[in-house]
Amino acid sequence: MSAVVVILIALIAVAAGVGVGYWLPPHGRRPAVERPTAVRRILLPFAGPEISRRSFEAAVRLAKAENATIMPAFLARVPRNLPLDSTLPAQCSYGLPLLEAIEQRAAAQGIPVDARIARGRTYRDALRRLLEQESFDRIIVSATESRSTGLSAEDLEWLLEKVPAEVLILRPAPDDTRRISAAGLTGHF
Amino acid sequence: MNDEIRSSAAPGLTGAEQARRGHLRVFLGMAAGVGKTFRMLVEGHSEQEAGRDVVIGLLETHGRAETAALAEGLPMIPRRRVDYRGTEVEEMDLPGILLRAPELCLIDEIAHTNPPGLEHAKRYEDVDDVLAAGIDVLSTVNVQHLESLNDTIAELTGVRVRETIPDDVLGRADEVVMIDLTPEALLERLRAGKVYPQERIGPALNNFFRIENLSALREVALRQVAEEVGHKRLITEHVGSRGESIASEAPRAVGERLLALVEPYPGAQRLVRRAWRSSQRLGAELDLLWVRPPSGHLSPDQERALGALRQLASVMGAHMLVEESDNVAAAIAEIARERGSTYILMGTSRPVRGVARLRTPLPQRLMELLPGVDVRIVANRSSRSEAER
Repeated sequence: MSAVVVILIALIAVAAGVGVGYWLPPHGRRPAVERPTAVRRILLPFAGPEISRRSFEAAVRLAKAENATIMPAFLARVPRNLPLDSTLPAQCSYGLPLLEAIEQRAAAQGIPVDARIARGRTYRDALRRLLEQESFDRIIVSATESRSTGLSAEDLEWLLEKVPAEVLILRPAPDDTRRISAAGLTGHF
Repeated sequence: MNDEIRSSAAPGLTGAEQARRGHLRVFLGMAAGVGKTFRMLVEGHSEQEAGRDVVIGLLETHGRAETAALAEGLPMIPRRRVDYRGTEVEEMDLPGILLRAPELCLIDEIAHTNPPGLEHAKRYEDVDDVLAAGIDVLSTVNVQHLESLNDTIAELTGVRVRETIPDDVLGRADEVVMIDLTPEALLERLRAGKVYPQERIGPALNNFFRIENLSALREVALRQVAEEVGHKRLITEHVGSRGESIASEAPRAVGERLLALVEPYPGAQRLVRRAWRSSQRLGAELDLLWVRPPSGHLSPDQERALGALRQLASVMGAHMLVEESDNVAAAIAEIARERGSTYILMGTSRPVRGVARLRTPLPQRLMELLPGVDVRIVANRSSRSEAER
């Protein structure tokens, strides 16, 4: 009699084990608790094939401190002889790899990224259109960035005056030569 | 010698109407000077020697002596003079062609825009009348005149062509003959004065006729003809004619098409970027598909993510599709068949729990439903970087 009970208990234990095995995700651990939805959004606009590493690092530091999402935004300029909704393969060829590089670097540090792409007749126009559609808590640009982001001194002034967000303009520094480009991508892209 | 690639046997119309209409053959090139008009005239002579009644309805020699010389021996319908803004211009005489009613008519530059006051605004509409009268037509066009490619080519080359034709004009042609020439050979012809007169050579070399422009245009033109072939194969299958069995059995030779499976969340953009990069390498079209659960409500975050995906697709020239279904695999398979997808790209699945683990994973289901289609799971590089740290 006792042997039957022992076998019965053993069978129940095995069945329970199998059930739990199916219930749990692979590798015997429950899925990682998702990061709470970020409430703060940090915009990192750029237009060229590279971005200042200082502005990226500033965005990462702030995002870590504030549990924010970094939103790198590639600003594409549509020539006047093309419709505003034109496809822009030539600009995509350097903008998209850089978005990928930024996302890889940020994600490697545990920072959520939500990339954007915006079109306009000028870089400021593209930024204006993006800001009309979405809201951001902070915008980070480097003062030395103007050549690669396409944002001139007047554009920075416009940002400070018109945009309802905290604008962080990083002043020039000796280490501004450090850039992030698609060259730093991990693996095939 | 030019290479030529033909896309043919594509009926635009069917039945009695088709039988009465003339046949249209279009010589497609990447740019001026590749030899479209020359080739058209050569074929005109061949047809004439075969005993057919051939006339030139409209010829643009652009001052090229060898083109003008080749036109000799083919009867030409004189152009008519039309008053346009106080200036007299010479245009194709459509009533004259219809009255003369040859068997075959050579009409150069199908994308030309007529001055106001003529029968039609565009020459392709004139050509349509000629075809409707049962006259066969040979015509020419450059790839940048195609409406759907006009913007892309303008962005690639920085030069916008104003005279465009709907892609359908080419789609309805019975034959599209690609007149191919390497960019180097075309530049050689340009420098030798065979394309433009001496005073236009310098500006042309500095603007449009640059090797990178010509290479891009050549690629676009070749792809266009490849797509025409693929499209016509699909029409043949759809019509269910004798060609059905041939088309179904023949392997898909050209025209890769990628289908990326997305969901409205920020991480999907990574997959889309990777898919776009692959499509560029393969010279393929890219479709993005989200299979949306029926009556599923979108959160504000999802709305935003979907908007960002649409914007990304629009800038990169991909096609964003949203399909409502509760059977994800079946919906994907249906779309993949409809669009002729050759690759499916998807992200890594989230860990599943409970009875869901007993189900066949989506990639396997897709491989069963779509034999012959590659299924690629795109890795998250940032996860790997994190794991390696």
